[in-house]
Amino acid sequence: MQAFLDTFDIFLLEAVVNGILLGGVLALLALGLNLIFGVIDVTWICYAELVMIGMYGMYYMVQVFGLPYWAAAPIAILLVAALGALLHYLVIEPLLTAPPINQLLATGGVLFILQSFATVAFGIDFRNLGIRLPVLAIGDMHFSYSRLLAFVAALLGMLAIYFFMKRTYTGTAIRAVAQDRQIMSLMGVDTKRIYLITSALGGALAGLAACLLVLQYDVHPFVGLSFGPITFLICVLGGLGNFVGGFIAAFVFAQIISLGGLYSDLEWGYVLAFAFFIVMMFIRPAGLLARRS
Amino acid sequence: MNSRYIAWAVGLAALIALPFVYREPYHLHILVLILIWSFAYTSWSIMGRFGLVSLGHGGFMGVGAYVTALLWNHLDITPWIGIPLSMVAAGLLALVVAYPCFRFRITGHYFVLVTLALSGIVLQVITATRDYTGGSLGYTPDRAPSGRGLLALQFDDKTTWYLIALGVWVVGLLIWRWVDRSMSRYAMEAISEDEDAAAAAGVNVTAEKLKITLISALMTALAGALYCQYQMFISPDTVSGIAVSLQMVFAVIVGGLYVSLGPTIGAIITILLAEGLRIGFGTKAVGWDNLVYGVLLVVFIIFLPKGILGSILDKLKAQPKKPKTT
Repeated sequence: MQAFLDTFDIFLLEAVVNGILLGGVLALLALGLNLIFGVIDVTWICYAELVMIGMYGMYYMVQVFGLPYWAAAPIAILLVAALGALLHYLVIEPLLTAPPINQLLATGGVLFILQSFATVAFGIDFRNLGIRLPVLAIGDMHFSYSRLLAFVAALLGMLAIYFFMKRTYTGTAIRAVAQDRQIMSLMGVDTKRIYLITSALGGALAGLAACLLVLQYDVHPFVGLSFGPITFLICVLGGLGNFVGGFIAAFVFAQIISLGGLYSDLEWGYVLAFAFFIVMMFIRPAGLLARRS
Repeated sequence: MNSRYIAWAVGLAALIALPFVYREPYHLHILVLILIWSFAYTSWSIMGRFGLVSLGHGGFMGVGAYVTALLWNHLDITPWIGIPLSMVAAGLLALVVAYPCFRFRITGHYFVLVTLALSGIVLQVITATRDYTGGSLGYTPDRAPSGRGLLALQFDDKTTWYLIALGVWVVGLLIWRWVDRSMSRYAMEAISEDEDAAAAAGVNVTAEKLKITLISALMTALAGALYCQYQMFISPDTVSGIAVSLQMVFAVIVGGLYVSLGPTIGAIITILLAEGLRIGFGTKAVGWDNLVYGVLLVVFIIFLPKGILGSILDKLKAQPKKPKTT
């Protein structure tokens, strides 16, 4: 083991592993966004803000009401899922026949609402759970358990969605609606209900991400801006609505950010990721896995 | 038609005469802000009206403001040269991002998300280069020694700024009108309906879109530079990032996307709203203005997608057409 470690730069390896761990959570976010895009054909610009609200929910339940983390997490997931369904019901549904740009901009308005609601209701202070998980040390490398937990939970969440989509009747209906919206309503599928369920599922994924991210980052009203744009880049790079593409792109981006952060500031990791994105747009404009037509 | 020109001339003359008659500094300050932001919103609407919804304009504005200020502070380059340079920088950025988008038919959602990422990244770059730009704490252009205010484009006098902002605003409206009357408009409308059909009809889709994007980005950068010179303080959150981009979209949609004065109406409403809340509630108002913006944006998109001015003009146009009774 030691000989193996000696042949590699220890910091490089640590950054690579941390990148993989970060990729798990990003893939979870990308999955939620892709799910909603694939089925309802709208993009929630405010997706990262839903995560922010979930993080605040966790903070209040754990710090203010004194719930244990394990009890608070399911409640937070349900809360954000309900928020997702509500967002669909109030904002997207009246706009389903409007031009797609209007739907997009309306969710942009919701971004404003959620951000400023958090500012007004919770203030602009940075808050955290006050839970510090131990650090796992392998050789000279250190990995925090919160990241490992986030990675594993994100993978489990994605597996759960996979089985839901493949094994249940509702999941099959959702996949069918994603393939053809018009036909499925003729086949007796209640698309309105499917849309609502999908929105709630997307919200639940955001809620799960919130439970995991709140262990690693402080929460403040603008925390969504630090991973929102990168999630959109991932979805576009993977091909909007393409689940596998989004999954791969999430890990590619996480590696770039992590390795970029190793040599310089974290912000430069993001800048590097964006430069990579622009280059990829030239090479594979329709996403990583797109077939050339 | 003639009476329309006269109305414009009278209105403009009244606007020019205003600061010489009325000198309340606070109200002039609000007017200057309205004019500068109107110009920025107008530049967004030049491409937004053709369905090219960009959320990257916060990025262009940030480049305009920061490049001008950085050139002045670090290299002693006067804003008279710095502003054109910053516009060139924003234009290059626009081309680098927009060319692949248009060349490879990235439209709709994809285009919005790519440009959204652009404004996010400009914000990150400004924050990351905090050794030069002051990061999220903001940045102030150095005060010019007295007597060299003209060279540094720094004026203490509100009237001067008012006239500059008014001039730029009028130029913005003229550009809007020029685009509105040009062949580009027909080309762009055809493109926004159906790109393939437009291309088949002989429209150079990529070139037309790039032209409009470039004009819009250059104007936005100018607005950012002017804002910086006027306020003498910029921070990443006030001139760049997603929030600024969305603010532009919001104001234009509320005012009216398809009419020349729509963005101006939007600027008047948003700035008066923000100032009103700020005065009415003081520091408690932090966040409330954006909350109201957000709710209004959603409500407008659902119920009044043509905006206030657009809907009013539609009503006025529709009235004279009474059905003939035989």
